[in-house]
Amino acid sequence: MINLGQDEIAKYPFLADAGQYLKDKGFTLEQFDTDPDLKLIVEKAYHRIEVAADGKIYKSDLIDDKAGKDATLPREVFSFLIAVVLLKLCGISSLIQRFSLAEARRAEKYLEKDLANLSDKTKEELAVRIIRELFSLTVYKQNDYFAIPIEDYLKHSINFHEREWKLVNRHVENGMVYLTSHETVRLVRKELSGYITSKIHSIHTPQMSNGFKKPVEKLTTLAKKFSTQTISSTEYPPCIKHAIEVLEKGENLPHSGRFLLATFLLGKGQTVEQIAPLFKNAPDYNEKVTLYQLNHLAGSVGNATKYSCPSCDKVKSQNLCFAIPECDNIINPLQFGKKKTLNV
Amino acid sequence: MYESDQRLLEESFKKYYFNNFDLIHVPDKPSEREFGYQKFNGGMNRHISLKSDKELHLLLITNIPSDVYCSNAYYLFPTLPMSEKDWKGADLIFDIDSKDLNLNCRKEHTCAKCLSCNSIFQIQSSCPKCNSTKFDAKSLTCNTCISSAKDEVTKLYDILTNDLAIEEENIQVYFSGNEGFHIYITNSPYQQLSSRERAELADYIMFRGVIPETFGIKKFNFEKSSFPELNEKGWRGKVAKQIIGAKSKKPKAIREVISGGYTMFQKKLDNLKDIIGTRIDPNVTMDVHRIFRLAGSLNSKSGFSKVLCKNIEKFNPFTDACLLDDETIEIKANCPIQFKLKNRKFGPYNDEKISVPKYAAVYMICKGLASTA
Repeated sequence: MINLGQDEIAKYPFLADAGQYLKDKGFTLEQFDTDPDLKLIVEKAYHRIEVAADGKIYKSDLIDDKAGKDATLPREVFSFLIAVVLLKLCGISSLIQRFSLAEARRAEKYLEKDLANLSDKTKEELAVRIIRELFSLTVYKQNDYFAIPIEDYLKHSINFHEREWKLVNRHVENGMVYLTSHETVRLVRKELSGYITSKIHSIHTPQMSNGFKKPVEKLTTLAKKFSTQTISSTEYPPCIKHAIEVLEKGENLPHSGRFLLATFLLGKGQTVEQIAPLFKNAPDYNEKVTLYQLNHLAGSVGNATKYSCPSCDKVKSQNLCFAIPECDNIINPLQFGKKKTLNV
Repeated sequence: MYESDQRLLEESFKKYYFNNFDLIHVPDKPSEREFGYQKFNGGMNRHISLKSDKELHLLLITNIPSDVYCSNAYYLFPTLPMSEKDWKGADLIFDIDSKDLNLNCRKEHTCAKCLSCNSIFQIQSSCPKCNSTKFDAKSLTCNTCISSAKDEVTKLYDILTNDLAIEEENIQVYFSGNEGFHIYITNSPYQQLSSRERAELADYIMFRGVIPETFGIKKFNFEKSSFPELNEKGWRGKVAKQIIGAKSKKPKAIREVISGGYTMFQKKLDNLKDIIGTRIDPNVTMDVHRIFRLAGSLNSKSGFSKVLCKNIEKFNPFTDACLLDDETIEIKANCPIQFKLKNRKFGPYNDEKISVPKYAAVYMICKGLASTA
């Protein structure tokens, strides 16, 4: 566990041991139920979730990254802890995820500032330590840049779909990737939000008390806004159309293309018997082999592993992607034509 | 394959293996590797464990495989089914194959063999004899193919040692035994990379997926674009060298980039892919469970050995990897392409009975362009 100063706990409240923090400050959860002064904190906590659910970042009362008044600091930490309590009582995972992401983005700002802090070396060291201990990412400061070993960079960057994060679009030198402080912190956002989510999940759900009932009800109503509706079309994505065309022409579709086609159709719910005839025109067609391989992919023979449709990234790297605007940044061919609309 | 052809190949391969134990070794940490082999006219046998050179040599002599493979991966239980092997890591591997290089020479040394009537013809849409559209392409690699593949190896070597900081002693280059090269990276920080991470590394090496922004070219506020310096490391410097050339030409080159615009620059980058990027087969690099041809073993597509290239520039596969003996053998050859092995020219042969050294006979039979008389 990283030892944190008072200001740091306000910036990174998810690093604190919640129960211990309350105890150290001489509070119990029940007091939030009854004490009118503390009720304000429950309201603040609800507000913190509401802002997050809206996709915005909660603005803290910290001034210049420091608690302005003596009371500001505990309020900052308490509102986070109570927000977690409310989320646990409400138990809706989409809210927890939105809250975690917003909190991650909030912490990201402080982390970035601390990382680039030239006047206070301890702040920079703390940021480097948080990044290393939480995400096993080793960062070396070199002039204005932060150098990360390529193998560490890749572990995080593959979670991004934007091309700017591809290794080929990075300054690479001597086994290291060079990033700005902003990029370094951005690299771990997803993991940071995942860390907060898992921390929330690991906390024991407290007993419901009267004071929390109302905000929890309000949260349940709020969450309904985020249920999604899916509209799907039956059209195939261009990569699948291409694979089918190649086979229809009797041309050779590489193994990776056949794998894509078969796993896609299996994923769409077609049976092996429905898919097999597609391969009839292949120059090396052999019914027995085709059926064996399809059954293998479907998981009905062998060790029952079901193979899933490869990601768009993989399809791209196999030169089998023929993206069109309708692909609309999907990350797996199976998502093609499925449009999600928010149920607002 | 005819039974008599199979017999000849098996005898030749067996003799090679028996006489060349010193060339064929299990790799580092053999007990953590998965081995596999194929027999002539047989399927794949894999999930095999071999703990020493002795066990490997015994397998070669008793089974006389057409091809032998070994995993680049290390496992806790190499003989168990794939999902239970417990993957511990894998050497980084690269495959450079001249057939993937789109070379002009290729059509000069490639012919087709009809899958219905076995006739040999120049590649066209259908068999001139029986009109079947199903045929195999048969290629006899030429010097141009090999030297182009060597150029790719050189490009790869540069990126591996400079950009990826891999120590030279951890890079081994092998002739694949047919039309290209296999490059192994051992003891590197990249051993633990997953398949997706390796795919990213492959894209880096191939210069795939680049965007103009990486080189300071902006989509919006295009006029505020800035261009990399010639002496920069990594892709930025390489692209600058390609587009600017000499320092004195910089203002002119930049004017050209500015007048061409963003889309034009993206096209320029795409065109550079085959020039500065290395044309590896990305599927091999991203495969962390592959069983890859074993060094020192014979390749049944040619009868050549997969040998270590100590000096890639001087390496000549047609002498250095052609290791079968020269006992005279009578075969019937239908090989329309001339080739040179061990500094001796052969062919073309038009469906004729000939007497040639064993290495040439095996080469043509492996290519499907001859059979025992």
